[in-house]
Formats: sequence, C-alpha cells, structure tokens
Amino acid sequence: MIFDKINKRLVVLCGHYGTGKTNIAVNLARYAVSLGKKVCITDLDIVNPYFRTADNADELKSLGVRTIIPEYANSNVDIPSIPSEFQSVFESDELCFVDVGGDDGAVALGTYADRFEREGYDMLYVYSAYRPMIRETEDAMDSLAEIEYLSRMKCTGIVNNSNLGVETDAETVKKSVEACKAFAERAGLPIVFTSAVVSVAKLLEGEEGIGEILAIKDSTKKLF
Amino acid sequence: MGEKLLMKGNEVLGEAAIRAGCKLFFGYPITPQTELAEYLAKKMPKVGGLCLQAESEVAAINMVLGAASAGERVFTSSSSPGVSLKSEGISYIVGSDVPCVIVNVQRGGPGLGGIQPAQSDYYQATKALGHGDMHFIVLAPAYVQEIATLMGEAFDLADIYRMPVMILADGALGQMMEPVDFGEKKQREIPEKTWACNGHKNQRAHNVVNSLYISPEVLEEVVVERFKRYAEIEEKEVLFDEYMTEDADVVVVSYGITARIAKTAVKAAREKGIKAGLFRPISLWPFPKKELASLADKAKCFLSVEMNMGQMVDDIKVAIDCKKPVSHYGRTGGVIPTPDEILAKIVELNGGEN
Repeated sequence: MIFDKINKRLVVLCGHYGTGKTNIAVNLARYAVSLGKKVCITDLDIVNPYFRTADNADELKSLGVRTIIPEYANSNVDIPSIPSEFQSVFESDELCFVDVGGDDGAVALGTYADRFEREGYDMLYVYSAYRPMIRETEDAMDSLAEIEYLSRMKCTGIVNNSNLGVETDAETVKKSVEACKAFAERAGLPIVFTSAVVSVAKLLEGEEGIGEILAIKDSTKKLF
Repeated sequence: MGEKLLMKGNEVLGEAAIRAGCKLFFGYPITPQTELAEYLAKKMPKVGGLCLQAESEVAAINMVLGAASAGERVFTSSSSPGVSLKSEGISYIVGSDVPCVIVNVQRGGPGLGGIQPAQSDYYQATKALGHGDMHFIVLAPAYVQEIATLMGEAFDLADIYRMPVMILADGALGQMMEPVDFGEKKQREIPEKTWACNGHKNQRAHNVVNSLYISPEVLEEVVVERFKRYAEIEEKEVLFDEYMTEDADVVVVSYGITARIAKTAVKAAREKGIKAGLFRPISLWPFPKKELASLADKAKCFLSVEMNMGQMVDDIKVAIDCKKPVSHYGRTGGVIPTPDEILAKIVELNGGEN
C-alpha cells in the first residue's frame, strides 16, 4: 500500500523537470481521495510556464480536493510567485501534496524547510530513465544532490515514472526498472512505487520485480 | 537502455546542435525557450563546449558573428522580442557571409506580447529580419523528432551556403515533450572554411570578414553574387511534406505545430467526404512555390492556417499566381487553434455541410 510507505501528512514531489512530477502529484491526489482521505494539492512550480497542476484544478476541485495555485498560473504574467495560501498547509489536517518545479525550482521549498522539518514530511524524487540528463545513475545522483541542497530538505523515497509519452508500453516500463533500482540503491532510498498509465499497468499485472504499481491517468494538458 | 528518449523540444534543439558538432552557444534567457540554454549550460562543459549567457541579446548575436568568423559552428536562440533585438547582428552576419544557426521559439507579440505560443514572426523571419537586400534559410519543424533532424541539417546548410539558417519553432513545440531518437544523419559534404579568421600562421594572406564595402560597385557585385546563391538554394533546398493533396479540392497549407492540428482537421474533413489535403512547407524560405503551384491546377481553393493574423497567406497567393482563391484562418496572441475550428473553415470553403 502506497500510503503505508508515504505516511507523513506533507508529501513533496520533486525531481528533474519533465519527469512527471505534476502528473504524479495529481494522480496521488485522486488516489488519496478515492481512499476517502481529505486532500489538498498545491502548485509550487515557479519555473514551468506551460504545464502545471493548475491545468487540473477544475477536476480536482470537483473531487473535493483543495487546490492552491499561483494567482498568475497560465497567464502571460511571466513572474514566478508562491501563493500566500500555501502557508495554510502547515496548519491544516489534510494530506497535502506539494508539486515543486523541476531542478532549481526546488529553491521555492527552501524558505519553508524549517516548517516542513517541524511538521514532518515525505519528499519523493520522481525519476525517469528516459530523461537524458538523469538516466545515468551518476547524473541522477547529481540532480538529487542539487535539489536537496537548494530545498534544504532530504528526499525520503523515489517514484519511478519512466515513460515515453504516448509511445509508452509495458516494455518501456520494464526496461526502466533496472536503471531505477541502481539509482535507488546508490541513493539509499526506497522505490515507493512505479507508475504506469492504466492500460499499461494492466499489462504489467503479476510482473516480477517491478514492485508496487500505481495506475495513473495521463493528466498532462493537451495543447492541441 | 534503448536509444529513445523523452525530451522537450527546447532540449532537443540543444542536444541536436551538440550532435551536429556545434560546441558554442551564446544566448540570453527568455520564456518559452530558456530550457535550451539550461540544457546547454549543463551539457556543453561535458563535451568541451561553451554555453555563455551574454549580457544581452545584442551581445549574444555579435558573439555569434565573432565565433562564426573564426570558422566555428555556433548558434544562438531566443524568443520573439529577443530575436528582434538580434536583427542588426543578423544583418551583419548575412553581410559578412558567415554561417550560423538562429533559433526562434516564437511567443505572442508585438511588443512584450505574451509567453504563449505564436507564429506571428513569419514575416520577420522570411522577409525582414535585418536591413539590406538579404535572405536566409528558414526551417519550421512540426515535431520534436523533426527538430532533431532539422537542427543537423541547419548547420550543414549554413556552412554550405555561408549564411544564417533559422529554426522557426514556437512555444508549444519548445515546451512539449515527445519521444525522440537521434538517429544517424545523412552526411553532407561541407566545404573547407578557407575564409575563416582562425590564424594565418604566416602560411597564407590575412582573411578578412567584414560587411562594409566602400565602393557601391563592389557592394553591388557582392550582393548580386549572394543572390546567385539564393537562386541555387531556391532550386535545391526546398523542403515540404504533403498529406492527401493528390485529389484535394481544399488544400490546407500550414507549417510547424499548427500543421499537426490542421492534419487532424483534414482527416476529419475526409471522414465527412470532403476532399481536403494538407501541404506543409518545412522550408519557409525557400518557400515551396513550384510545388504549391502544381496543386493549383486541380484544387478549388487554398486555406492558410497559422497562429497569426495571416502572413504566409501572401506567399501562397504569389506561389500560385492567384490562380485560385486563398483564405486564411488563424488565432493569435498565444491562442492555439482547435481542429474543430479549422474543420469548420474547411467545410465552409467546400460549400457548407452536405
């Protein structure tokens, strides 16, 4: 069970950009709601101008998820900002997913590191074996170290979200397992789960060695 | 791991440049193309290259002029307002006959405009990016995979014809992620850069790279020679793609990301029994004039679809010598047209619903 492994109230999703942090955050929020949890999701992405949690705000709200999104998300105001409402995650009793911008976007967390520390948190590093800047263990380690340094926080687990977009099939996921395991071992972190879109997750049922799979819905905004 | 990767268009621009043997990038950040510089800042030092954030776009383009004059493969990148700033330098590069690659990941304009995708720099890219009698090659990829191919081709074309080659993309293509495979590129023969200012070592006369000509007659001669090269390019380097145009009554003409949306609309039109086809110019200069003209005999009409108020539409009219009516459908300001909107226009041009 994923929420046995993620057992803190504050769950931060971080990683190299383009690994699918937003997609994972949105899907975890949906999953948590389906288990009857009281859920909040917050978009702390200060670096991505086009694709972000805000794209799914309407759907999440309809599920009863409290969404905290920057005032200017998806507008032409090219100014990164953290919504003031973000402070409320430290006071609430909800399960809060914090979607952080890629790479140095993690700097947005740094300001709040002490509060996260006091409250307790899980911080999941979203990995993809198909992103060229982190596919090699050494490079992933550098990326992890950079994020931990900038955020002044420590990752507690890894999510394997290796995919090739619309071309993802069962092989795509299977081939990524070894690389993710090598990275996890080197980082000394557990792989909390591997994600796969629902159709691919079905094909992976009963597959040895992949561990827990979270069947996800591709929630990336379609530009056209 | 296999060779397929999942990458942003902006990252592919950077990776493909490195794979084309380019080790120099000079630029200045601007949304929505900044991931390119970020990628290169990390990657260039690992391959013995240099990624330098200049103090401005004007500085960056003049660094490109300098490196190109020394015979190095070099490129710069920006988005619409930043490209305007580079225009003086680009004219100097053309006037100096040196090769380089310039990327424009377009956003909405004019002015500071917005950060969402647009194609409103078509005129600027194909007609007037810089003063003087000049052209340069403009290539418009429509897929992240195509960026990988065209970027390599751009460096080769620049070297062969000694001129800038522009990759005209847009924010959507720059930001979106798609699977990409950096396969082997067909090898072109690249002429030796005997003109480069890279040290004469007392073995040859000084090379001079310059765009100033004291005598009008000499300048005229240089420009005329350059136009002979342009004519050769128009003859040999036209790139385009076609989909179901053979029997098309309505020929939709569209480039870049918009062509993909138009293709969906064309398929939907075919399902309705409308003979629609898609013509996708890949080289915007040289514009595929002959190829479009050959469609004008059979087609009933043409529809230009762009993310602007109607810019390529003029090139189509010229290409087909106004033999058939040419309409325009577009959205601007950073708004992306939908397949349904384009389909509605195709249906209208075909004489309405049956």
